[in-house]
Amino acid sequence: MTTTDLHALTGAYALHALPDDERAAFERHLAGCSSCAREVAEFTATAARLALAASVPPRPALRERVLHRIGTVRQLPPGAAPLHRVRRAAPRGRGAARWALAACLAAAVGLGGTAVWQYERARDARHDAARAERQAEEVAGVLAAPDARSRSVRVAGGAGTLVVSASRDRAVFMASGMVRPPSGRVYQLWFDDGGTMRSAGLMDPGRTTQAVLMRGAVDGASGVGITVEPAGGSRQPTTTPVALLGMPA
Amino acid sequence: MREAVYIGTKPAPEPDLQRLLHEVALGDQEAFAAVYDAVVRSVLGVVRAVLRDQAQSEEVAQEVLVEVWRTAPRYRPERGTALNWILTLAHRRAVDRVRSAEAAAARDHRAALLDRTPEYDQVTEQVETRLEQEQVRRCLRTLTDLQRQSVTLAYYRGLTYRQVAEALALPLGTVKTRLRDGLIRLRDCLGVTA
Repeated sequence: MTTTDLHALTGAYALHALPDDERAAFERHLAGCSSCAREVAEFTATAARLALAASVPPRPALRERVLHRIGTVRQLPPGAAPLHRVRRAAPRGRGAARWALAACLAAAVGLGGTAVWQYERARDARHDAARAERQAEEVAGVLAAPDARSRSVRVAGGAGTLVVSASRDRAVFMASGMVRPPSGRVYQLWFDDGGTMRSAGLMDPGRTTQAVLMRGAVDGASGVGITVEPAGGSRQPTTTPVALLGMPA
Repeated sequence: MREAVYIGTKPAPEPDLQRLLHEVALGDQEAFAAVYDAVVRSVLGVVRAVLRDQAQSEEVAQEVLVEVWRTAPRYRPERGTALNWILTLAHRRAVDRVRSAEAAAARDHRAALLDRTPEYDQVTEQVETRLEQEQVRRCLRTLTDLQRQSVTLAYYRGLTYRQVAEALALPLGTVKTRLRDGLIRLRDCLGVTA
């Protein structure tokens, strides 16, 4: 196929109207043709307008299904393809952990996809653990702050304690023995900014006892509220709060 | 008309998808819920235009939205807006689905395809959607018949350009050019910049 022919394919490409083999050939061409790339980007944006014009409202059940589903789907780590990292990491073996990693990688070479996937999962788990650790440190920091003040309330069959540190400008909500929210629902925390509720994150629906670092700074909020919301949370409260409490004095 | 009041001043500020998607990439489920609310109508719309079947469309729309969650950390703003990224993914998935279904059962499209126009007849309560439809419809009218048919069969029906050529009984080269020329006209009429 000549270059001129390939140029003419920008439209078909942007509309996903190329058969697979031609798509692959065009993508190779695209990598070295900046005018084609610009045209493809513009056509893709144009096609998105065709999509917007076709909008239809979904059935409400879809929202719950999707938000429930993402709770069980692990996100990709940002950045490059996993195999690349595996190859780079392999020669640097040092110490027992390194050796274990190297052994794991050797197995990965032998077993292909599954082992690489497991390696990725292990790495993701470490990311998660590091994140959880930072959160735990923050929680501990607020609870142990010299200026920490607390206030307790009966909530959802259990007890809730709000701890606020003015110097850190952060708050922690500790729940103990709260009944689990109904299936597909979560407890959502809110800061009350003089009557306007600002989301402060979600509680773990699987646990009845937990300490939650409330998201964002207290920033002068006058109180805290808790509502039951659909999985994934809401941008504004959609139900009557199960608890409302003022900031501890 | 009540909704005329809103023209020019949007009823609700559009959520900043770019920022929301960044938060989604950090694992924020609430931000994802906001992304869902902002895009679900268009995602379902484009998937349904291609697949036509409601149940199957919701299934694919669900896959697309979960994929947005899963791959958000890989989204690169410099390659296009968040909305375009999501809608491109939605169209791609719908097209993949329709093509795999076709491979399973080769069917005779031609008559069925040509007597159906894209589903613009949907009753929609959404003012923005109605305005968008008006503008897209007006701009589609600036295309020649062949350009418009080629673009809508490819996009809203998920046909390859070879299938479009077959459906319209045109040479392959003509369809390629019509698709490109049609998109250039549409782009200029809609004032799209990448």
